[in-house]
Amino acid sequence: MDLNSPTEFAKQKVKSVQDYVLLSTQAIANLFRKPLYFGDMVQQADLIGVGSLPIVVLTGFFTGGVLALQTSNTLQRFGSITLIGQLVSTSMVRELGPVLTGLMVAGRNSSGMASELGSMVVTEQIDAMRALGTDPMKKLVTPRVTATVFMLFFLSIISDLVGLAGGLMVAKLFLALDARQYWANAWQVLVFQDVFMGLLKPTLFGFLIATIGCYYGINARGGTQGVGRATTQAVVAASVAILVTDFFVTKLLISVLSYK
Amino acid sequence: MSTTIPRCDEPGGNGGPPRDAAIVFEDVHLAFEENEVLRGVSFRLPFGETKALFGVAGSGKSTLLKLALGLLQPDSGRVTVLGRDVTTMSERELLPMRTQLGMVFQESALFDSLTVRENVAYPLMEEHSIYTDEIDVRVREALRFVELEHTLDLFPSELSGGMRRRVAIARAVITRPNLLLYDSPTAGLDPVTSNTIVELIMKQRDVYKTSALMVTHRLQDAFTMATHEFNPATNQLKALPHGQFCHVPMSFLILRDGKVIFDGDVSQLAHTKDEYIREYIS
Repeated sequence: MDLNSPTEFAKQKVKSVQDYVLLSTQAIANLFRKPLYFGDMVQQADLIGVGSLPIVVLTGFFTGGVLALQTSNTLQRFGSITLIGQLVSTSMVRELGPVLTGLMVAGRNSSGMASELGSMVVTEQIDAMRALGTDPMKKLVTPRVTATVFMLFFLSIISDLVGLAGGLMVAKLFLALDARQYWANAWQVLVFQDVFMGLLKPTLFGFLIATIGCYYGINARGGTQGVGRATTQAVVAASVAILVTDFFVTKLLISVLSYK
Repeated sequence: MSTTIPRCDEPGGNGGPPRDAAIVFEDVHLAFEENEVLRGVSFRLPFGETKALFGVAGSGKSTLLKLALGLLQPDSGRVTVLGRDVTTMSERELLPMRTQLGMVFQESALFDSLTVRENVAYPLMEEHSIYTDEIDVRVREALRFVELEHTLDLFPSELSGGMRRRVAIARAVITRPNLLLYDSPTAGLDPVTSNTIVELIMKQRDVYKTSALMVTHRLQDAFTMATHEFNPATNQLKALPHGQFCHVPMSFLILRDGKVIFDGDVSQLAHTKDEYIREYIS
């Protein structure tokens, strides 16, 4: 294995960031240039959105359930078990719904995009596309980015809802709480800032998932091994990016929205 | 070879005035990191002519095709394709220009998630101005040209290597391009399939008069193309009498160490004194 000098290593990293920023910028700019490839967007929305629905529903439901289970003991100690609906609601809407949905979709779709585009690169299909007069960024990247942003928004809402249902199941079956009280608490505690934060995050995460998946795919080198490497890197990078972005966005919104 | 092929500057030769060029390379240099692939390559491909490009592996043959398409940019020098300097054009300007070209990649580069019909129709679908009915007619016409009309609904993975190559040719010719670029179209194919591909390339050259730059390792294919013509009436190749080879719009270009060491017609190739070339073609 060749060892690079620190300068060379730093240059490579800076170039990677530059390439990623260029890809992301082009993905957005292409939305304002014809042709729009609406059919490809719908196809990707089906693959990403409908295809991810089962894992998002399962993850959301059981996360809501386990959240209620884990916190019930502490709440009971303080005599506040009736607040469990509020706790599940705010946790799911503000944090767990968007983040877990993002991580699930990253695992499923970021890897899928990296492997699909990577295979196209190593088999010269991307070159063929350019040779046939098609901009691969417009045809392949922009529809994936648009579809992921759009679908993750709705998948997060579904995840929040089924997470609340999971919490309800635990509250009703194991904690003998009243279902109507649970829903009333869960609903009333939510304020504009919660919903805004819960809907802004999936939009950002969707953009990160798709652009990172496409970036690693488009830059895959070295045959099937390179495609495998790109796939792994895409999932790791997208997952880390979601968690890091989540922290900073949360901090920013808490400051900006004077939010407690 | 030299004993059987007369010189083209002899009576019957094609020593006419130079025609307009479909491709012009002028002192093109290109290096990948420290590896200098092209060192001042210059040549011109006249309209209507097919030029076979030879050279050992790694001599920069496929790189020349990618430069002509604007998929790569040279470090210095100028590449003019269909009268336009592709070295100064942006990717956005190059995309519409590429629709006037056809490219057949070495490994076919068919879109593996699309059927043969969709692959061949792809360039027309991208034009967004052609009706579906017309696209269907032209797809069938292109597949009939390569004698694969029965494979419309198959996927590339269901085709043999030779069939994939023929579908790639159909995809390249469906837009009736002014210039075709072939990257080793017969590489790795059995002799019978290779002959079929060569016939198709000659059919395109002799019937549609399309200019072409063809990378190949198979000398026999290029010599066949230089000594035969396609007869549309019989749909077969016809061997030409010796004196008529010079009328065939076919030339040869040989690369060595990133430089052009030969650029001429079949008779010049057959009579060359260069030891390396003589060994290469022997």
